Amino acid sequence: MTSPAPPAPATLPLGDDALILSHRLGEWAGHAPVLEEEVALANIALDLLGQARALYAGLSDLLGSEDEIAFLREERAFRNCQLTEQPNGDFAHTIVRQLFFSTYQQPLFAQLSPVLPLAAKAVRETAYHRDHAEQWTLRLGDGTEESHTRTQRAADTLWRYTGELFQPVEGLEVDWPGLAEEWHASIGDVFARAGLTVPAGPSEGAWSAGAGRQGLHTEPFGLLLAEMQHLHRSHPGAAW
Amino acid sequence: MSAEWPLWEVFVRSRRGLSHTHAGSLHAPDAQMALRNARDLFTRRSEGVSLWVVPSDEITASSPDEKDPFFAPAADKPYRHPTFYEVPEGVRNL
Amino acid sequence: MTPVTSPPRGRAAGADGPPDGSGPGLEAEDVQAAFDAAVAADERIEPRDWMPDTYRSTLVRQIAQHAHSEIIGMQPEANWITRAPSLRRKAILMAKVQDEAGHGLYLYGAAETLGTSRDELLDKLHAGRQKYSSIFNYPTLTWADVGAIGWLVDGAAITNQVPLCRCSYGPYARAMVRICKEESFHQRQGYELLLALTRGTEAQRAMAQDAVDRWWWPSLMMFGPPDDESSHSAQSMAWKIKRHSNDELRQRFVDICVPQAEALGVTLPDPELRWNEERGHWDFGAIDWQEFREVLKGNGPCNEQRLHRRRTAHENGAWVREAAAAHAAKHTATHATGHTADHAADRTAADRDDRVEPAAAGPAQPNTAPDTAPDTAPDGAGAPSASRSTRSRA
Repeated sequence: MTSPAPPAPATLPLGDDALILSHRLGEWAGHAPVLEEEVALANIALDLLGQARALYAGLSDLLGSEDEIAFLREERAFRNCQLTEQPNGDFAHTIVRQLFFSTYQQPLFAQLSPVLPLAAKAVRETAYHRDHAEQWTLRLGDGTEESHTRTQRAADTLWRYTGELFQPVEGLEVDWPGLAEEWHASIGDVFARAGLTVPAGPSEGAWSAGAGRQGLHTEPFGLLLAEMQHLHRSHPGAAW
Repeated sequence: MSAEWPLWEVFVRSRRGLSHTHAGSLHAPDAQMALRNARDLFTRRSEGVSLWVVPSDEITASSPDEKDPFFAPAADKPYRHPTFYEVPEGVRNL
Repeated sequence: MTPVTSPPRGRAAGADGPPDGSGPGLEAEDVQAAFDAAVAADERIEPRDWMPDTYRSTLVRQIAQHAHSEIIGMQPEANWITRAPSLRRKAILMAKVQDEAGHGLYLYGAAETLGTSRDELLDKLHAGRQKYSSIFNYPTLTWADVGAIGWLVDGAAITNQVPLCRCSYGPYARAMVRICKEESFHQRQGYELLLALTRGTEAQRAMAQDAVDRWWWPSLMMFGPPDDESSHSAQSMAWKIKRHSNDELRQRFVDICVPQAEALGVTLPDPELRWNEERGHWDFGAIDWQEFREVLKGNGPCNEQRLHRRRTAHENGAWVREAAAAHAAKHTATHATGHTADHAADRTAADRDDRVEPAAAGPAQPNTAPDTAPDTAPDGAGAPSASRSTRSRA
């Protein structure tokens, strides 16, 4: 309880994670496999956007308004992990990305809740996101041959972006090795129940280990930002 | 075409102290997903504190054709209602 | 003594399913008389009540078109989610598009109480055999279009929908109550969005005016063809599915919009728009019904694109739906999350009665009032209604 609030910039990566993943989930609107899932994905996207805005609000003294933070920074200034910026792919890809991320974000926020006012509410939200992703992972992994193949492929593809999650973020008092251990146990458990194999490939390649946290992103990210920022930037100083 | 997911009826308890009330229906592959879909669809504006989902085809309902045999007999038992009884003026708390 | 029951239906015979015909039979004239009396007395018709086949098919057609409009209507706005110029607007837009999916779900649910499955209705939409509101075949070219849709398209929809909250068919009326309640923010956010533009830079003002110029006339078309060309209207009004005529609602909408446009600082693109003291209404210019018919026929700017995207989403989702169904089939024995409903004592008969009211059925929007399916196809020109023969396909 006596631990001090983390220095402001430390929360920037958390805000960027939430914003960018929310943006990706927003791309699903009108494309979901079933109407019920339109509603579910949008709920998650809205939760994440709310988290981003709350986190940015805490940075306004340093970085300006939430819109300045979101729309006027260059690619290298974004600190989100690369996992969140990965394109949606098919539904399995989106679900596995969400499972990987929410299984990380939930205990992370839980650890930070004493110092971040946002985190208590966010922990509840992320618990639901994780549950949604888990339920779907179980169904897709164990459903049909096709769904199994797609889900395993998604896991294999996204695995390389998971090591970065546990690279310490300067200024955040978090038990990173403990977080990694908890994450691996949880993912291992879900995968086992879903009949999926935990990927064996490297998760900490030279490019992905902490790169996003240092402002080094993957190619699809530039396009995401171009789309997200173009209107705002086309009208300098305008209010919306 | 694959078979359509089954239909579920959703009941929402809007707040503590109230009964669950029928809110509508949705499709889901199984009960767990039905519950989650119901949460997302019917309580996204904080409309509920508890949910039930019931497979639609497991509900047995009275038939409207049986309206009279089912519900008419109750109508001729006015003595079930407090207004049936006369209470002398001035008597309170009864 | 010929027992008369409603036709067999796709939906399981449980809640809101068809009567199973096991009750005492009633004479044909009796059930018709009971139906007529209920409608005349402004009572609601409920799913298990007897109803004329044509009442059923009219409702299925109208509710389906309405539901299709909600989900196709997600597309023009979703087109701007990734480009919304502020985080506040992004959140609002995502929530609004999400609501439209939700409203589609409520409406498909209402249609299902009439014995037509959602899959059947979606198949008809995808095959082009059922229509959706033709307004959604226009493109959203700039950010201001999101505002124009909220203000004008949702405004017209609300004008149409509020009277539907009193529609004679219970499940439809209840769905509409929920929808109108939730939609109250849709129109307002659109108006506010445009207001920010008209109070903004010159470029923003121009963007707003341009959007209003493009959306005004199509919005007026949303009320459907003029009354003298609307073939199904009379019957729908007699059945209290519909409570005001197309022209009546259109006039109401114009009267509402004129002062709003003025406050906004935009010009409605109709040189003939002027106050008629005698009528107490705004006169407006002739609507290009040829354009309406063309768009309806499939020749609008986006008909093909909208339908293609919908079909693609559905087809791309097939493996997901199959996977979940396959998983469920493997685990049918393991039911639910472990919690059965509270307690037997809590499960009163009333809880299971198909006449219980929807939980969120608050009062409808008190403001405007009209009714009829959203612009829908001109009555009669719509797709074939869901008939019993197609129902048995399930």
